[in-house]
Amino acid sequence: MNPLTKQSWSPYLVGVGIGLLSWFSFATVDRQLGITTAFEYSAALTQQAVAPQVVKPYLEAKAKDGKVPKIDWEWMLVLGVFIGAYASSKMSGDRAPGEKVPPLWGWRFGYSPAKRYAGAFFGGLIMMLGARIAQGCTSGHGISGILQLALSSWIFAPIMGLTGMIVAFLIYGKEGRSHV
Amino acid sequence: MFDEPVKLVLGLVTGILFGILLQKGQVAKFQVLMGQFLLKDFTVVKIMATAIAVGTVGVHALVSMGAAEFHIQTASLARVIVGGVLFGAGLAIFGLCPGTSVAACGEGRRDAMIGVLGMFVGAGVYVAAFEALEPLFKSMADYGKVTLPQLTSTSPWLWVGALVALVVIALAIIERLHPKRLNTKL
Repeated sequence: MNPLTKQSWSPYLVGVGIGLLSWFSFATVDRQLGITTAFEYSAALTQQAVAPQVVKPYLEAKAKDGKVPKIDWEWMLVLGVFIGAYASSKMSGDRAPGEKVPPLWGWRFGYSPAKRYAGAFFGGLIMMLGARIAQGCTSGHGISGILQLALSSWIFAPIMGLTGMIVAFLIYGKEGRSHV
Repeated sequence: MFDEPVKLVLGLVTGILFGILLQKGQVAKFQVLMGQFLLKDFTVVKIMATAIAVGTVGVHALVSMGAAEFHIQTASLARVIVGGVLFGAGLAIFGLCPGTSVAACGEGRRDAMIGVLGMFVGAGVYVAAFEALEPLFKSMADYGKVTLPQLTSTSPWLWVGALVALVVIALAIIERLHPKRLNTKL
């Protein structure tokens, strides 16, 4: 049977896969798995096109480090994640057609899609702002930085994990645990 | 504007594999990620810890053979503390992290698509506010791009060995307490 038609794989198998993928990215392009720099570059390129004055200090600071925002390896990686997840969910039928509000959210805030969309937008916004301030996310710091034993990542990961837990319990409380 | 084509292709291939792994790992789902933060479903920790244990051995081997270099971020306390708090709070509200939200878009989840739009705006805020944020970054100590072995002048392999052992022990305990993933339909 084709493993891609299965809905889920063992988390340990998936973990080994991601670990091997980190070897692959270091060995092929000498880069680490990461996601959010691609968002930063996309935003910088967009602003460069529509409001160049706003993005000038950023571009000058990057140029000093020899960096130029561009469509790069990581940008294509993000596109690939979308394609890979799309193909994988299609092959196993693990899709969410029309599904708008996750059950835990619905239990707490009601099933209005508009409310959930507002929460997703706002949450996504401050999450990405935090990722760019810290220069990494769950992938870049949480996995790649931790495995490289980077001091920055070993400070970032516990702080973000603990904050996430505190905020999750503040929003949903102990009772929320019976809705996941 | 563009990396060389071979890098773009390698990025796409790496991403497709990453996307398949995230989707099959069931972590492109709000319920599973929030289940982790509410300490009920340990799928996320199982995946991340295993990836770290496997990854650290190979990456350190590649670096010690001279086949790759470390790519780490500077340990600016202001950056990692402020960033970590904002990131954790945003993640708990959105319910998906940057990589898994892109995978959730691939699954066809509309709330994830709106969240990714918010992420794009958030990246734009960072870029536009870059100059204004500089004083904040300089308000606390910055230890530079340093690894734990460098900081303590110890062998990286000591740390790699300890990290792998720690992961194996932690996962053995977690597996006893939380053997199964929850049977969430979503």
